[in-house]
Amino acid sequence: MDLQINEQQRLLKESVQKLAADLYPFEKREAIRLSEAGWSRDYWAQYAELGLAGLTVEEAYGGIGCGPFETMVVMEELGRSLAPEPFVATVLLGGGLIRHAGNEEQKERLLPGLCSGELLLAFAHLEEQARHELHDIATVAAKTADGYRLKGRKTLVLHGSDADVLVVAARLSGDRLDRDGIGLFLVAGDASGVSRQGHRTIDGRPAAEIVFQDVDVPSRDMLDAPGETLAVIERVADETIAALAAEGVGVMDEMLKMTIEHVGLRKQFGTEIASFQAIQHRLADMYIALEQARSMAIYAAGIGRDNDPERRGAGIAAAKVQLCRSLRYVGQQAIQLHGGIGMTMEYKVGHLFQRATAIEALFGGAEHHLQTLAAGGGLFAA
Amino acid sequence: MDLDFTDEEAAFCEEVRDFVRKSLPRSIRQKMLFNRELTKDDLITWTRILDKKGWAVSHWPVEWGGMGWSPVKQALFIDVMQQEMAPDTLSFGTSMVGPIIYTFGNETQKKRFLPRIVNLEDWWCQGFSEPQAGSDLASLRTTAVRDGDDYVVNGQKTWTTLGQHADWIFCLVRTNREVKKQAGISFLLIDMTSPGVTVRPIQTIDGGYEINDVFLDNVRVPAENLVGEENRGWDYAKFLLQHERTGIARVGASKASLRRARELAEREGRDNSARLDLPHIRSRIALLEVELKALEITQYRVLSEESQSGGNSHSPAASILKVKGSEIQQAISEVMLDLAGPHALTLLTPADGHNDLDRSWAGTVAETYLNWRKVSIYGGSNEIQRNIIAKQLLAS
Ligand SMILES: Cc1cc2nc3c(=O)[nH]c(=O)nc-3n(C[C@H](O)[C@H](O)[C@H](O)COP(=O)(O)OP(=O)(O)OC[C@H]3O[C@@H](n4cnc5c(N)ncnc54)[C@H](O)[C@@H]3O)c2cc1C
Repeated sequence: MDLQINEQQRLLKESVQKLAADLYPFEKREAIRLSEAGWSRDYWAQYAELGLAGLTVEEAYGGIGCGPFETMVVMEELGRSLAPEPFVATVLLGGGLIRHAGNEEQKERLLPGLCSGELLLAFAHLEEQARHELHDIATVAAKTADGYRLKGRKTLVLHGSDADVLVVAARLSGDRLDRDGIGLFLVAGDASGVSRQGHRTIDGRPAAEIVFQDVDVPSRDMLDAPGETLAVIERVADETIAALAAEGVGVMDEMLKMTIEHVGLRKQFGTEIASFQAIQHRLADMYIALEQARSMAIYAAGIGRDNDPERRGAGIAAAKVQLCRSLRYVGQQAIQLHGGIGMTMEYKVGHLFQRATAIEALFGGAEHHLQTLAAGGGLFAA
Repeated sequence: MDLDFTDEEAAFCEEVRDFVRKSLPRSIRQKMLFNRELTKDDLITWTRILDKKGWAVSHWPVEWGGMGWSPVKQALFIDVMQQEMAPDTLSFGTSMVGPIIYTFGNETQKKRFLPRIVNLEDWWCQGFSEPQAGSDLASLRTTAVRDGDDYVVNGQKTWTTLGQHADWIFCLVRTNREVKKQAGISFLLIDMTSPGVTVRPIQTIDGGYEINDVFLDNVRVPAENLVGEENRGWDYAKFLLQHERTGIARVGASKASLRRARELAEREGRDNSARLDLPHIRSRIALLEVELKALEITQYRVLSEESQSGGNSHSPAASILKVKGSEIQQAISEVMLDLAGPHALTLLTPADGHNDLDRSWAGTVAETYLNWRKVSIYGGSNEIQRNIIAKQLLAS
């Protein structure tokens, strides 16, 4: 066991910190948030220059071939700085699916563009009725002479409005809740029959509702994972949850830092409010919650590589439970200890709390994962 | 002891319920159900409907339009109103400045201001907090200096709720800097249209605009707008805190939201086959029902004690109402958030073409969750309330 980051990871951390310090001072980030797209292509090009767009892609396709611990290091910094760029949508979700399920031709076609920052991907998966179940898919892919015809509606497609290529989960056979019969398809964002309605999520990030109305997809654009598609989706979701755990840690770390700073400066009753023991104990509890989540983010990065889907799933569920509980506690207390200023959009801590709340809800909250874990064998089954 | 309603009380609740069901405009009820912002006009409309019935300021002295109900009857009234999704009247007028004026104001002030509060002809806002004076309100710095027949007021008020709609603001201002800080504060009524008053809206984390900065720059306020005696303002502010006990727990409103949570949990279960997390969310709802019932009885105990002691009770129970009432409200908003799952992430607004409020319930729960963090901050934060409880426990 080695719980320290290595030299290469430290350098990666520093370069992301430097980028974030440059791109995300409060006012600069606000200008991006309030812009029409809500994120910046120019910034994304700078990510690509540092190799971040191809972080997890093998070198053969133009990436830098990093693993989950490097992803963890990067995500923590992106969390801290509230970066709205499409790292999750393009690199982790879209890129992850192509890496795990694409054939050689598809990888060669798409991954270099992903790494250079020119190609944006999004994962059109979740459906309104699905709640958090990854296999609940009603969108249909009907066989045609030379491919498939997609019909259905997807919701909460992160960065879905701007993606050049959508990876769409659709049903080749079976019923809505069957675990088999799911396929993944590459669809151009502007293909005929695709209509996208962009909106913002509660943290101000862009997402889209997308309708696929008889969209024709040639056979070569179906990802190659016959019979295994759900397993691939689950793996990519697990890897993404592990990365979100690290992002959440960054968000919490920043909230705690801001809160410590605030209570040290804020004076009421003639003294810094940090001098009140009620406040000190609250800070201590926030710190404990943060460190518990940090441990589970590290655990998630490790177990995310596990090839046994049940063991991996249980570990990831456990990490998400801890993450969600910590995010809620640390977030709420950060606002509380800031008082009125914490409730406003004029101060970063409120934006961090919004993101914390969004991370909770992405890929299932504490309640969902706790019940999954409870219904399975738990974590310490012999 | 008897926990049952008398026939008269039961009939009264029925009467209030019938009235709201008949008179509350549907559009307002819908907005209340989905925690959407009411417009200024919505609240004026509803206040005037209430006023016509004689119930806009039922808790006031009869002389000024009150109903002369007992505290318990008044609490029942509020409970039923909230359960039926009726908006509260504008508390800054009906529960704050109104009672201050009829208790400490002079006849001219009573005649001039009270009737216009009853029908919401004047929209009032509360100018207590300042950037440097939050929990430690007595350290406020806004000054009022006497100059002939006027006070000249300088300073900044902040977090002023709905100040953007206000015709008047009641302020605590410093009139004497030489004495102990509580002893140099006065209570002043300021016309928002006076030269030198500037309102700056502040966006909150739910995306809404309900709070403001109010800048006061050489504002001339006629001395006749001083309430009571100069330098006694702190006593009047304390009176407010002790006076307004019913309502802070918001038991009726929480009953309504729990009922709604239960309904939605059942519906979500129906529409989505058997979801594993839903039974657990339902047991959280049940647990909150237990806590709310306890709080409801506590509230009636506080009222009953108050009636016994003629309003001079010093038990820390009122602080229980604030702490527990706000925590329950927040916990319900968390249940709703978890119930909505991923749909909570999507903000659905009528502007996006989602006019069907009933289908898009999940699109507002995150806003409510974020917004409700305020209830443990304002009105004496929950930390301050716990300090009050502990102080009284240790003193006795
Ligand atoms: C949405 C909203 C609406 C509001 N509307 C109005 C309004 O209309 N009019 C108006 O006048 N005011 C209004 N307020 C202001 C509100 O009353 C203040 O926010 C509140 O008094 C807290 O003050 P503060 O924000 O300066 O926080 P601070 O007083 O700086 O407190 C920061 C934190 O320190 C804690 N703390 C402070 N002192 C102690 C102590 N001794 N022991 C332990 N903990 C302590 C607090 O509990 C809080 O958690 C509103 C506030 C909000 C958030």
